[in-house]
Amino acid sequence: MAADPEPVLSFAAATAELGGRTVWRDVDLEIKAGEFVAVLGPNGAGKTTLIKCVLGLIPLARGRLTVFGRPVQRGSDRVGYLPQRRSFDADLRIRGVDLVRLGLDGADWGLPLPFARAKSARVAEVIRLVGAEAYARRPIGELSGGEQQRLLIAQALVAGARMLLLDEPLESLDLNNQQAISSLIRRICREHQVTVLLVAHDVNPILPFLDRVVYVAQGQVVSGRPEAVITTETLTRLYGAPVEVLRTSDGRLVVVGQQEPVSYHGHG
Amino acid sequence: MSHILAYDFMRNAALAGTGIALAAGLAGYFVVLRNQVFTSDALGHVAFTSGLGALVGGVQLLAGVFGGTIAVALGMGGLGGRARGRDVAVGTVFAWVLGCGVLFLSLYSRGRSAAGGTAGVSLLFGSILGLRPAQAVTAAAAGVVISALLLLIARPLLFLSVDPDVAAARGVPATALSFGFLVLLGATVAEAVQAVGALLILGLLVMPAATAQRLTARPYLGLALSGVLAVLFVWAGLVLAFYLPYPASFLITTLAFATYLVSRWGWLW
Repeated sequence: MAADPEPVLSFAAATAELGGRTVWRDVDLEIKAGEFVAVLGPNGAGKTTLIKCVLGLIPLARGRLTVFGRPVQRGSDRVGYLPQRRSFDADLRIRGVDLVRLGLDGADWGLPLPFARAKSARVAEVIRLVGAEAYARRPIGELSGGEQQRLLIAQALVAGARMLLLDEPLESLDLNNQQAISSLIRRICREHQVTVLLVAHDVNPILPFLDRVVYVAQGQVVSGRPEAVITTETLTRLYGAPVEVLRTSDGRLVVVGQQEPVSYHGHG
Repeated sequence: MSHILAYDFMRNAALAGTGIALAAGLAGYFVVLRNQVFTSDALGHVAFTSGLGALVGGVQLLAGVFGGTIAVALGMGGLGGRARGRDVAVGTVFAWVLGCGVLFLSLYSRGRSAAGGTAGVSLLFGSILGLRPAQAVTAAAAGVVISALLLLIARPLLFLSVDPDVAAARGVPATALSFGFLVLLGATVAEAVQAVGALLILGLLVMPAATAQRLTARPYLGLALSGVLAVLFVWAGLVLAFYLPYPASFLITTLAFATYLVSRWGWLW
């Protein structure tokens, strides 16, 4: 992990409101460069609002938010975003590589120049990084959820992001793909020192990678080391419902709701 | 070929048809991508009502059509933000506008029933072979301006259409662009009313674009192909109409439809 004294993300006495309702208040939070951070919490607690504040899409009602040491600003090349979504329409006839390219210069006016070598090379580079070479030239609608997710991570990285904001990137993926995508995200985080904020309902697939957990619940945002937050007592209090943290024989933590895994619990 | 263009009415038809087709082909690519086929159809009927309204009110026809269509296009953008609610909002406006069309038609027909009927039919189906030179030049010029503006916003509009959340986060002005596109779509429909009519413009908007998207998954190639196909359909339809005893609009839409079927089959193989 980079020994960066300056936090890459810093909330100070921050309060967010949506339509006059306070989502969370008086948040103090600092994230350091290269950290892998999970953002957890029940539905409607304001996890996506937190992400949208960092993107500059929702202004804070009060308080201060700096990203890479500067006041938050929309459209920064240093922040990559993967929104919460279902998959693309099956009949969307746009290639994966075109979608990645839009992440680089899609906000510019006019048409792209046909022989922009440097840009094409950059697109090819991130597609290689996420391992999507084999299907990047097929229409995105024909690809599986896991393949789409890899290309969308490439899109989030392509403009040179130093921080990734991933809103439920593992949802609606099967177990194999959940593990493959979460190890890909960890590799990007570790090998390229990209800070990762990952919103999740089911913390289990990413639990082994986490440097820090940010918890959004009941109008508050708290953060801590995973072993301090991922406990039966803390989770039960934050969710307001029984949650149990178990340790497997090989020492891994597993989070379970009373009868079902936490991933389903959140939809209740 | 050259002797076809020796006739004034064919020259006017080719000139207006090219400009209209180019604008419709380019706009249509985004119509299909953004699932705004219903909106386009509704705008055609708005253009019809606006035209009749202009006749009743004694306003210059083209000014009335452009003004009315663009104003309602903007209103539709304001009514329905996205997805499901939009269909309902568009349908609601659409139905009322058609009702107004009937009122204007009856007002205009009072005392001159033959003229009223002709005006109505010609607004609905156009009369591409009956254009005056000034009308043809106006349509062609409008087509070129609309096309140029569409190309100017093509990239961010593509981004917004396929990936709205990330586009907004990357700094694409989502609201302004959505409204801007609706204005251009309204203008495309309005400029086409005299030549291809309020009903058949839908064919030029949807069919070349749907075919182009079947043939290629490269967005900018698809956009260009959509424009080129629309122009080719109009040219071929005009040439056939010169020799055959069928209306040009029928021939143009039939060619476009046949090509769409072939592109679908080719894709299924």
